[in-house]
Amino acid sequence: MAQIFPRSANWASKASIVVGLVAIGSIMGILLNINRTYFVTQENVPLKQPVPFSHKHHVTGMGLDCRYCHTTVEESSFAGIPPTETCMTCHSQIWSEAAMLEPVRASFRDNTALEWNRVYDLPDFVYFNHSIHVDKGIGCQTCHGQVDQMPLTWKASSLNMEWCLDCHRQPEQYIRPREQVFNMTWQPPPDRATLGRQLVEEYQVNTSQLTDCSICHR
Amino acid sequence: MMEEQLTRKQLELSEVRSLLAESEGVEYWRSLDELAQTEEFEALVQREFPEQASELVDPVSRRNFLKLMGASLAFSGLTACTIQPSEKIVPHVRAPEEIVPGKPLFYATGIPLGGIATGILAESHMGRPTKIEGNPQHPGSLGATHAITQASVLDLYDPDRAQTVLNAGQISTWDLFLQKLATALGVQQLQKGAGLRVLTGNVTSPSLASQLSALLREFPQARWHQYEAANRDSVRAGAALAFGESVNAYYDFSQAQVILSLDADFAHSGPGNVRYARDFAAGRRVRDGQQKMNRLYTVETTPSPTGSLADHRLGLASREIEAFALELASRLGVDAQISGAAAETADLPKKAAAWLTPLIGDLQRHRGSSLVVAGDQQSPAVHALAHALNQALGNVGKTVHYTDPLEADPTDHLQSLRDLVVDMNAGSVELLVILGGNPVFDAPSDFDFEGALDKVDFRVHLSLHGNETSRLCHWHVPESHFLESWGDARGYDGLVTILQPLVEPLYRSRSAHDLLAAMTGQTGKAAYDIVREYWKKQFSGVDFGNVWQQALHDGFISDTALPSRSVSLKSPLILPPGTGVQPEEGELELSFRPDPLIWDGRFANNGWLQETPRPVTKLTWDNAALVSPAAATRLGLKNEQIVELRLEESVVRAPVWVLPGQADNAITVHFGYGRTQVGRVGQGAGFDPFPLRTSRSMWSGRGLQLTKTYESHPLACTQDHHSMEGRPLVRQATLDEFLEKPDFAHHMGHDPPEDLTLYDKHDYDGHAWGMAIDLNTCLGCNSCAVACQSENNIPIVGKEQVLNGREMAWIRIDRYYKGELDDPEIVHQPVPCMHCENAPCELVCPVAATVHSKEGLNDMVYNRCVGTRYCANNCPYKVRRFNFLQYADRDSESLKMQRNPDVTVRSRGVMEKCTYCVQRINSARIEAKKAGRSVTDGEITTACQQACPTEAIVFGDLSDPDSQISRLKGSPLNYGILTELNTRPRTTYLAGLKNSNPEIVEG
Repeated sequence: MAQIFPRSANWASKASIVVGLVAIGSIMGILLNINRTYFVTQENVPLKQPVPFSHKHHVTGMGLDCRYCHTTVEESSFAGIPPTETCMTCHSQIWSEAAMLEPVRASFRDNTALEWNRVYDLPDFVYFNHSIHVDKGIGCQTCHGQVDQMPLTWKASSLNMEWCLDCHRQPEQYIRPREQVFNMTWQPPPDRATLGRQLVEEYQVNTSQLTDCSICHR
Repeated sequence: MMEEQLTRKQLELSEVRSLLAESEGVEYWRSLDELAQTEEFEALVQREFPEQASELVDPVSRRNFLKLMGASLAFSGLTACTIQPSEKIVPHVRAPEEIVPGKPLFYATGIPLGGIATGILAESHMGRPTKIEGNPQHPGSLGATHAITQASVLDLYDPDRAQTVLNAGQISTWDLFLQKLATALGVQQLQKGAGLRVLTGNVTSPSLASQLSALLREFPQARWHQYEAANRDSVRAGAALAFGESVNAYYDFSQAQVILSLDADFAHSGPGNVRYARDFAAGRRVRDGQQKMNRLYTVETTPSPTGSLADHRLGLASREIEAFALELASRLGVDAQISGAAAETADLPKKAAAWLTPLIGDLQRHRGSSLVVAGDQQSPAVHALAHALNQALGNVGKTVHYTDPLEADPTDHLQSLRDLVVDMNAGSVELLVILGGNPVFDAPSDFDFEGALDKVDFRVHLSLHGNETSRLCHWHVPESHFLESWGDARGYDGLVTILQPLVEPLYRSRSAHDLLAAMTGQTGKAAYDIVREYWKKQFSGVDFGNVWQQALHDGFISDTALPSRSVSLKSPLILPPGTGVQPEEGELELSFRPDPLIWDGRFANNGWLQETPRPVTKLTWDNAALVSPAAATRLGLKNEQIVELRLEESVVRAPVWVLPGQADNAITVHFGYGRTQVGRVGQGAGFDPFPLRTSRSMWSGRGLQLTKTYESHPLACTQDHHSMEGRPLVRQATLDEFLEKPDFAHHMGHDPPEDLTLYDKHDYDGHAWGMAIDLNTCLGCNSCAVACQSENNIPIVGKEQVLNGREMAWIRIDRYYKGELDDPEIVHQPVPCMHCENAPCELVCPVAATVHSKEGLNDMVYNRCVGTRYCANNCPYKVRRFNFLQYADRDSESLKMQRNPDVTVRSRGVMEKCTYCVQRINSARIEAKKAGRSVTDGEITTACQQACPTEAIVFGDLSDPDSQISRLKGSPLNYGILTELNTRPRTTYLAGLKNSNPEIVEG
């Protein structure tokens, strides 16, 4: 009986090993990186909100401080989303007839809460505390990006664990003077690490402990 | 299968007895099975879980198995790829000033049980009560809680709670109910309320009482009745016998050196128990220079948590306790006479008789610093004798204080209910309003309450759950939980606690105040106004606004404790006929007790309480007929065997549980189980002993007949679960031995040198958390376990899973017996995670889901865990718990609100264990860092520590040499368990001490 495969088929079988390995490698690579894509992390994707709120307008345009609305950022884990009342402190006077703001007025009038879509949503097994980060000199901008330039709000970081650990492993690369935390335009000095190490020392950031699992998971 | 059963080594009590007599090695034992080394026990030791328990319980055929495996393979890893569902943020419209999202608020309020309030601080997260702590300023709590208190928050969110007004079982409305009620009241108005009756539980609430008296003014011929199954009639009757009037006695254990408990479980049940436990324990702590201990003698029918701390304990049937008290009284010069025909008093068992002389000597040496306490279940005669003994020993005004009664109307509950039943049967009751309670279930069986109730034309029941009574009432109104409604009640010393709600009623429920307001023409008047106006009247002439604000802040109204008053003892003391009379030969007594956790059945639908092992029996989800080993041998009874208990004409079938320490001539049953109209949790749990309980045998019935059957009922007892078999885990000595050789505990085990390890040492940084648990004061009351459950979102698993050894409690309390079978010493040992420095679990985890933190915590990372269970296999302390199934309820909306938002709710397939309440550590650390200071000693309390009534658990920073924990770790009593494995546990124990009377020779 004649052979089914000609001699040249050996080449194909050898190549298939290589092709197979490359294929497996690629699949694994894709799987590993798929979680880092914007498609999954939803980075840079503005979310639809009941009112198209513009941080750019309120922060850069009007010069509001972050804490005018996010009142508990310095004392609690949760930065705080302003109650309708806060919106109405201004909007009962200005743009009080604007159609765009009708949901806000309706909320105030009917005593029904506004439901915002969550932009930054950590998994439920991660516990993040705003107040300690603010206290230790992590600027708003470090995680939330140039919010002051965002006409609609989007996520500026992946919130992947590697992203968290990036800073928890080397906070000196990210820390800034406390008084600059809420400054959206602060520029780090050229030698950031030196200032960083100095601040880490000064603010008593316990760097060895920052990578303990129970710091964030409990 | 048959063969296996035949060859299986069965438990033979006689064999156990002889084994125990011969063996010198076995000092502490947990169960009869352990002593006999039965196969069940061997299996538990070998396998951790019984055979087949660790496999999936669903019957899975081979084909299904392959399907499942194929699917798991296909989906493995993909579960991590789910994109999170989007969430909403819903801010307030107008933000309340005090709420900071992410930070809990605490409100001072109180929990009423049997009418008596204990101060609590309820934790609220964004308006949801999630956890209950003790109120450190309230004298009845001092910051600690009872297990029931801890679990009461679960009742609030119980999905099976009554949610709507029901008329004859059909959904109706409050307004319609009011209309019908008004019509019925209109009829009563014409006849001055002759047909109107109100039945309540025990009422100490001054404002509720004032509403009731307003009602009685409006309807002068109406009657108010009170009944609780676990009532204190004997206490009241005893005071009446002794003093001829109704008085309340409360105790000061801090002044008591020698205490005699006549079946009193004072540190675990009854008014003031949390406070009593604290004071009693403080007198037993040998540390910080204190070298003296108080001494507790206990005679009791059934081993109780308090009794397990006794230095000398004896199991006596209640008639023998009467005889014991009589003998003691006569020898201490109390003039007591028994009215009626002279009868022979019961012979005391040899041991009890041997006690008398040393006990009397001890009591006489401590005149003014001794204390005799009688238990609520004892007869009035015993209470009267206890009063007389305290008087004779000069304790009045020192360790015993008398006040006016706590109750607004101190009536005899049994008589009160009897009157009501007589009236109902006579057809003179037309409108019956039952405020709370469940008399159809728990009234004495000879009253036939159910039959009498049928003769009432208009029946209204207000209660938290639809129960047996609600089913038979025309109208059922859902009652507000105490965390939803305003109210007030008195504490054990009379101090008035204001109960303030933390949340609007979840289901438009009403409180007793609301219903009474509707009956007195004040429909719609808020309970807040009723309570506040009542107290405003009491404080006329002062700035009431301040008083009220202060009361809400503190949780009680200062200076409202009832003042001490003098009493005069009747002499001679005339005791009722039959006191202490000799029982007939071989006569068995049946004792009734409320269940230590589900009480009279009102908490039967509370899963935390159902699944928490009872303090001494370690039974869960069931009650049993408790029989002493000697009686079991005599009657040929085995554990779990069903027997028929017959008292008078009633018969009840009950499973047997052989309980070392139980009185020989008494069989004890706990009531509260066997509910038929109860939610999903309590359905089918236990048997109902109420048919046996008649008005003649409220606490003990004579002439019990017992018939064996050859059926059995499996009992989910946890005593052999997580056994660390036969090692010197519990270490104890007498006070004298300790003073002679303070480091005795260290000679009982082996501590390897610190540097002996193959692995790299951890480098620690900053704090080093550690815990010490004092075996000297642990009662085994389970407050810690339920507190842990509440704080850490620990699920319940159900009876079937407990039988498989899969209960999830992060802190378990191992109960050990020591010594002989019949009257053993009882020791409790709480076992949380040891947070070993050389943790065996960490080394075997293939995915590093359990790792060491820089502060020495043994962290458990749920999101990394893949469920290999290697860690649990390698944990010598058996403190790791695995979610074999999806135990956490993810579907019931109301239960979600109870959960602690600072702790992950675990899923199926994940290992979990005690974290030293790392959420509390983190929160305190963050607050300290923000304030630029370090965490101070005592700033962090773990949930178990905070709840512990006896302060047996201490937690703190080992790196701070001045911390309380560091001082305790330096105590010679401090020892670790299984240290020979070189695990270097961070949780250690302080060895127990017994202050035995050298004149009493045990054995």
